[in-house]
Amino acid sequence: MEVKVLSAKFDIADAHLLEVAKQHGAYATLEKLFAMPPADVIDEVKNSGLRGRGGAGFPAGLKWSFLPKGLDKPVYLAVNSDESEPATFKDRYILTRDPHLLIEGIIICCWAIGCHDCYIYIRGEYTTQRKALQKAIDEAYDAGYLGEKVAGQDFRLDVTVHRGAGAYVCGEETALLESVEGRKGQPRSKPPFPAVAGLYGCPTIINNVQTIASLPFIIANGADAYKAYGTEKSPGTHLFGISGHVERPGMYELPLGLPLLEVIDKVAGGVWKARKLKAVIPGGSSTPVLTPEEAATTTLDYESMAAHKTMFGSGGIVVLDETVDMVRLVKNLIDFYHHESCGQCTPCREGLGWMLKIVKQLLNGEGTTADIDLLRELCDNIEMKTVCVLSAACTMPVRSYLDKFRPEFEAYAADRAKTEAA
Amino acid sequence: MSNRAHLTFTGKPFQFDAERDAEFEYLVKRYPTRESMILPALWLTQEQEGWVPGEAIAYIADRIGTFASQVYEAATFYTMYHLHPVGRNHICICRTLSCWLRGKQEIVDYLAGEIGIRPGEVSEDGRFSLEEVECLGHCGTAPVVQVNGEFHENMDVEKLKQLLAGLP
Ligand SMILES: Cc1cc2nc3c(=O)[nH]c(=O)nc-3n(C[C@H](O)[C@H](O)[C@H](O)COP(=O)(O)O)c2cc1C
Ligand code: SF4
Ligand code: FES
Repeated sequence: MEVKVLSAKFDIADAHLLEVAKQHGAYATLEKLFAMPPADVIDEVKNSGLRGRGGAGFPAGLKWSFLPKGLDKPVYLAVNSDESEPATFKDRYILTRDPHLLIEGIIICCWAIGCHDCYIYIRGEYTTQRKALQKAIDEAYDAGYLGEKVAGQDFRLDVTVHRGAGAYVCGEETALLESVEGRKGQPRSKPPFPAVAGLYGCPTIINNVQTIASLPFIIANGADAYKAYGTEKSPGTHLFGISGHVERPGMYELPLGLPLLEVIDKVAGGVWKARKLKAVIPGGSSTPVLTPEEAATTTLDYESMAAHKTMFGSGGIVVLDETVDMVRLVKNLIDFYHHESCGQCTPCREGLGWMLKIVKQLLNGEGTTADIDLLRELCDNIEMKTVCVLSAACTMPVRSYLDKFRPEFEAYAADRAKTEAA
Repeated sequence: MSNRAHLTFTGKPFQFDAERDAEFEYLVKRYPTRESMILPALWLTQEQEGWVPGEAIAYIADRIGTFASQVYEAATFYTMYHLHPVGRNHICICRTLSCWLRGKQEIVDYLAGEIGIRPGEVSEDGRFSLEEVECLGHCGTAPVVQVNGEFHENMDVEKLKQLLAGLP
């Protein structure tokens, strides 16, 4: 089931080095690229159907076409390498195993959108990854792929790595921009969208690492070759991360559209320790959970996920075996989002704290069924009433556990009832 | 949100050493505004000192030409900046979903028993400090531990024992 499009060079020894990467085709698209007018590049990417791989799935080519025309301001590209959504671990393989693929993708994007200054925002915890990336960038400068000219073309391009310092919210695109500008990572209210007023008030495109790294294949082989993978509406391939209770957790490149349970069984070796499947989180911890029955009809594409009232997200699949206590899991989830809230919206800052308190009470045998209803109500009242969707990234999954596994929450409430009766 | 309002002062003046100074001057040219240097300058400080002493805040603000409050804001918001000295070996354990599912608690408990510190503490001899952190992006090889920035994957108590024995 696995394919090698983005990961073509991942298993080649030393492919992170320019010399080796070049032997395997790195930067070979540039000649073709510079013969294409930027508008044609955007069209090609639009035709490929490539969607943003950072979680929201927004069509990449379409986003680029939102840049205002004829402004005399610089255009910026910010590459999102924050990779902090729990269960997401894909972009870092590109950074360490094929960083030149990312740089080539950056050149393609910058040519298309007329950008000369790119910032790669990398999470602070990625220490070795940042070094590998910086080394590749230095190599690319030395070899003339970055700098005053790109591969001899009269086109300046500078790429700078900006280190985050431990804040999940900086993966949100406008918090990321704030962070590059030197402030705390508090998302901005939109509009204006970054394509109009982003970094330093200038038009800015923000794309995920994997989105950008998908570009060299599309330009080299054409949109149709990319569309040959995946489904009609969800074309291409994705680096899926499978974690949790499976025999062979790991990162696997797969075309979109494969049946979820088959992937868990065949690619990841099935549920570990011969246990039974309890549930699947399909695309990172913020996506609503699927029961085994639902998972059985789900395929790994945007449409099937939407039809099952969940999301494709970042492709981080988490398998839960029959031993998982869903109330404890929900506590772990809320803990994360509460800790990572930037604090500027009251419903998020206070609401997630309140939700955490309720779940802790339940776990301590001090909660009632009314508390479960309150938790559910809080989810509805917090969501979409905040500047960014971090709060929804918490309430959406929590609601799904409450609705699909309510008896487990009630069992904790019954504990209190029992104690009181005694 | 975590509460990290307090700076720690050493009583000694702070400045970049020659290497960090050069790095600062190189990086500042890569941004259109000097404020963009706030995070990089805090990183340079932490690389040099192992943490961010209170004195560095005003120094960075001066170097950049901004208010100390701007630098303070960033230093206290971003949790990777250490606002007090940490152990010679700063151990971060991921506590998030996939690591939790694959037994991170055993590791935390073992460490607590073995070196006698809970998350957030520094051992008396200054050899270890412990921190529980959020998802480290290595969920496929959970549970994950980071020591002074270096990743150790697929951890269990046995591997942890070996790791600890090898640390200075
Ligand atoms: C709280 C939050 C965290 C996010 N974290 C990331 C992240 O770590 N990496 C990423 O690429 N996108 C992340 N996103 C999505 C970005 O805001 C943005 O949609 C994305 O980087 C756009 O790139 P794409 O269109 O190529 O996917 C996050 C969004 C939110 C609301
Ligand atoms: S929803 Fe939460 S994280 Fe997002 S801007 Fe509001 S307080 Fe900050
Ligand atoms: S959950 Fe621990 S590394 Fe992702």
